[in-house]
Amino acid sequence: MEHIPAPAIDFISLAPALILSVFGMLVLLMDLFAGKNKNLLVFASLVGLVLAGVSAFAPKALPVVSFGGSYVVDHLSVFFTLIFVFSSALTILLSIEYNPRNGIRAGEYYALILFCTVGMILLASATDLIMIFLGIEVVSICLYVLAGIKRGDVKSNEAALKYFLLGAFATGFLVYGMTLLYGATGTTKLAGIAEVIHSGQTNSDTLLLLGTVLLIIGFGFKVASVPFHMWAPDVYEGAPSPVTAFMAVGPKAAALVAFYRVFATAIPEIGTTWDTLLMVVAVATMVIGNFGAIVQTNIKRLLAYSSISHVGYLLIAIIARNSLGGSAIAYYMMAYAFMIFGTFGIVILLGEKNSENLEIKNYAGLGVKQPAIALCMTVFMLSLGGMPPFAGFIAKFYIFGAAIKEGYVVLVVIAVLNSVVSLYYYLKIVVLMYMKDSERELELSMGPITLAVVAIAVFGTIEMGLFPDPILQLTQ
Amino acid sequence: MDGFVPLNHYLLLSATLFVIGVLGVLLRRNVIVVFMSIEIMLNAVNISLIAFDHYLNNSDGQVFSFMVMCVAAAEVSVGLAIIISMFRNKPTVNLDEFNILKW
Amino acid sequence: MLNLACLVPIFPLIGSIINGFFGLRIGKNAVGMVACGSVALSFLTVLLMFASLLFTPAEERMFEQVLFTWMAAGDFSVDFGFQIDPLSMVMMLVVTGVGFLIHVYSIGYMHEEYSYYRYFAYLNLFMFSMLLLVMGNNFLVMFIGWEGVGVCSYFLIGYYFEKKSACDAGVKAFVVNRVGDFAFLLAIMYIFNIFGTIDFSDVMHMAPEKLIFGAEPVTIITLLLFIGATGKSAQIPLYTWLPDAMEGPTPVSALIHAATMVTAGVYMVVRCSVLFEMAPLIMLTVAFIGGATALMAATIGMTQYDIKRVLAYSTVSQIGYMFLACGVGAYTAAIFHLVTHAFFKACLFLGSGSVIHGIHGEQDMRKMGGLKEHQPITYITFLISTFAIAGIFPLSGFFSKDEILYHALMDGNIILWGMGATGALLTAFYMFRLVFMTFWGESRVDPHVHPHESPKVMTLPLMILAGLATVGGLLGIPLVHGWHALHNWLEPVLHFDLAATLEHSRHMLHAQGEHPASWAHLLIETEHNVWVEIALMLLSLGIAITGIVGAYFCYVKNPDLPGKFIKGQWGYELVKNKYGVDELYDATIVKPTVVGSFFLWKTADQKGIDGGVNAVANVIGWFSVQARVFQSGFVRNYALFMVMGFLVLLILMF
Repeated sequence: MEHIPAPAIDFISLAPALILSVFGMLVLLMDLFAGKNKNLLVFASLVGLVLAGVSAFAPKALPVVSFGGSYVVDHLSVFFTLIFVFSSALTILLSIEYNPRNGIRAGEYYALILFCTVGMILLASATDLIMIFLGIEVVSICLYVLAGIKRGDVKSNEAALKYFLLGAFATGFLVYGMTLLYGATGTTKLAGIAEVIHSGQTNSDTLLLLGTVLLIIGFGFKVASVPFHMWAPDVYEGAPSPVTAFMAVGPKAAALVAFYRVFATAIPEIGTTWDTLLMVVAVATMVIGNFGAIVQTNIKRLLAYSSISHVGYLLIAIIARNSLGGSAIAYYMMAYAFMIFGTFGIVILLGEKNSENLEIKNYAGLGVKQPAIALCMTVFMLSLGGMPPFAGFIAKFYIFGAAIKEGYVVLVVIAVLNSVVSLYYYLKIVVLMYMKDSERELELSMGPITLAVVAIAVFGTIEMGLFPDPILQLTQ
Repeated sequence: MDGFVPLNHYLLLSATLFVIGVLGVLLRRNVIVVFMSIEIMLNAVNISLIAFDHYLNNSDGQVFSFMVMCVAAAEVSVGLAIIISMFRNKPTVNLDEFNILKW
Repeated sequence: MLNLACLVPIFPLIGSIINGFFGLRIGKNAVGMVACGSVALSFLTVLLMFASLLFTPAEERMFEQVLFTWMAAGDFSVDFGFQIDPLSMVMMLVVTGVGFLIHVYSIGYMHEEYSYYRYFAYLNLFMFSMLLLVMGNNFLVMFIGWEGVGVCSYFLIGYYFEKKSACDAGVKAFVVNRVGDFAFLLAIMYIFNIFGTIDFSDVMHMAPEKLIFGAEPVTIITLLLFIGATGKSAQIPLYTWLPDAMEGPTPVSALIHAATMVTAGVYMVVRCSVLFEMAPLIMLTVAFIGGATALMAATIGMTQYDIKRVLAYSTVSQIGYMFLACGVGAYTAAIFHLVTHAFFKACLFLGSGSVIHGIHGEQDMRKMGGLKEHQPITYITFLISTFAIAGIFPLSGFFSKDEILYHALMDGNIILWGMGATGALLTAFYMFRLVFMTFWGESRVDPHVHPHESPKVMTLPLMILAGLATVGGLLGIPLVHGWHALHNWLEPVLHFDLAATLEHSRHMLHAQGEHPASWAHLLIETEHNVWVEIALMLLSLGIAITGIVGAYFCYVKNPDLPGKFIKGQWGYELVKNKYGVDELYDATIVKPTVVGSFFLWKTADQKGIDGGVNAVANVIGWFSVQARVFQSGFVRNYALFMVMGFLVLLILMF
């Protein structure tokens, strides 16, 4: 009887995913005994995340290859691991005060966030189509539940249902695309696919191209790009605010890095066939995202559309398909994490005892009543709009720089014009805060932990704008 | 056994099933039926995977199809749970009645 | 000593932080002290640096201080650093010097305001951004300052946020500016793409070698840069925000919308003079846009009754002169006018603020009049500055405007000169119209209001600025070549070897197998002609005096004349009038101009451009509503869109 050789596995490089899996199960177990007080679960989850974050730096020499080339830990994946761990930690911090106030008592909430983080880490390191598929599904299934975690709330239910049905539908396209890619090249390894295409030994070019289109749909759905974006505003509105912030950052970053890896490392050679498609998608995403945001009256829907438009900018980095593009995505998502968690922190701070207070017009007069919070919000809005000296500007500058380098000038012109349009609705909030009187008294729930998250986010947004270099070095 | 049924036939079958699944999602109103249509899509993909696997003579496709089945099972459990929890608040399975979130 | 550079912007930043966070607690006096003190410290530091730069040999007056590597990715690296050279030094002196005076003035002007601290926090933040803009050693630092001043300007315009018009004006300024900024950003990326660096010194050094004279790349870059400049500096077609920006407090108008921020575009063009020199087509565009703006804004200025709006159009017009100078290659003249304009226009704005302060917030000139008895200091300083802007010898505006007109004729053409000269005539006319309507004649002030002179803290800056407006012309005494202090000072920065550049471009074109057109005519030097200059000086002096006399007849001798023109009841009676000659002159020249400018203001300005902006806003709104309709909320619709997207992509793919 023949022995199947065990593939080489470097457990140190796997540590973040392993630690989080263990802690996730631990949190599930602890939930049985914790009773109503969830503080212990929060604490355990945070410890797990911190340990995972620290262990991400453990590998001595990068890149580390495991599972016969299916799993590669390189600088990009380490950096993304940090983004994931960081955004999950902020999500949990935001939930501490939000959840009890909004009747979310489920202890598995924290375990799901940890499991989701595991999926994202797998996704960032995956260099095999099967691995990418698994990663995406781990992330998605956790998110379906998280979106509907407010069980008694019809909106939350509806968000979960919509997300689930459309997500599963998109998974069908994604996995079909992967299958055709496998059929065309005979391998599921990204490097192998690139090699086969390079040597011109593909089984069928039609299958390859068809697979590429299907992949664009699958990934396009996960990152919420037009016309596969329509779930995003509804789900973002219906899901609990911390989960919305989480969805806008972590899973999106994970899907983007997988998107980038597949398109920029496996099939860049046929780039001239798909870059037109992605350009159409990117332009549509920016335009629909920005124009959709202008008419919104609900802050979470506005942020959903704004997040769609940001995906449009990020797709430009994938179209550029150079290494600068990869680090540009990494930088952008880190900056975006700060801005989004800060913004959602403020959204949560503005929540009242019996309503979440999500109408934009309720932000009127905040500049007078809560000058510090209004100032923070202004920083986030200007940064999201791409104003220097904040992080959002540097991030956009990088992406555009990467695209210009490859000669996509028209695309960049459109993107810059779009960012001008986007300022219109970001500014609308600033104008409301500073230049209108409030219609009614607000009873804000000024939770200290949420305030701390906002403070961290402001610091990060400014720091990454003024001194981007240390973080940029990490992405390369 | 090789060559009895050409690869194209499997692919055509798989594509047809996939389209049937897509049409089911687009046309049916019942949440459960929509859900089943999605499962048809995934299984259509499995047919392709196994066909490719057999034709290309490597085992990646089998592994992949197992993964797809596992994931489909997980999705079923989560999906049904979501449908049930939704049903408690609003006793209907008509997809068109879930329309609070829009614009 | 030049190492102190990094302190210059930091002082106002600290001031802004203190006032912003603790302003309410430390009390009004302390807020004023902190704000003015921080700018004063900056100014002193700049003076020290100026002294040390003065004692360095002329060729070595170029100092770069790199604070840290801002970002580096692959072959792309940007430092965060400052560049101190004669050009940025001039700007730093103007920004901190004039800025300090306006800060002091603000203590008096804003004293009654509740959120006094907020005002000073913004104002200090503005100083910080403006200093970054002028001191940055690369395009990106400049861009940060560029956006920073935009944001501060937006906040300060909307400072009286109870007023809806103020908010709208703030938003309008911001959005219009963004259009220009967008072009600027694209220019930066293009420059990076071609040069691989965005350092000013590197780019300007490499430009003659990397770019081909008059070819497409340099033309696009300079066009984009110039569009950026038109946004910030309120030139055609992006000028409409500036008059509206007058909704802000008056010291803000003086600092941001007259002396410093709006001239940033001119500074940027001068900073990139090497690039512009290589794009003759864009140079011509710059000159004509500048000339046209100078002329058009002046005509509109004649029709306004709001004292600040007159000054705003006047600012637009004066900046037009600066661009006119840039367009004909007279960069020194542009900077010269920038400096003198900063002096006299700041003084005019502060003077108008003093007037408004003295009559409790009235801005309509029809409700002023006879104020010279009540506000003697304001009146005298205002008058001096008005003489300066009108170009009366020997005040500063005379020299700087004259230099521009001289270069427009010698290096440009007669049309440009004609635009400038006509603009000068109108400038003298509407500025004296303003003086006569405000300070002379009978008082039309609301009888319940008792006009009073402003406190010392406000009049002192006025006096200093009026003094500067008087002697500022000494910087650039013309005629004797060696005497032009500003020219000598800026010479190392503006140095550009046209012959060598053309030679190099010719080689590059040959290498590509093309043959350039003859550039020989570009190398013909125009001799500095003293007699032409003297003749032009006399001519422009005559023009200025004509304008003043015209205003005198229209608004002092016969105050109801202009009203008759506008109503169109001027024909027969006027001919009978004993001032027949003047009436004839008025009827043939002034009236068409008045009517024309009313037409310009009413249609082009209000309907045309504003209408355009509104139309764009409407279209955007329409699209947004359409985008919403698709978002129907039905899962199956969403799935349908996904499938349709798939089909579209499939069609695109195959």
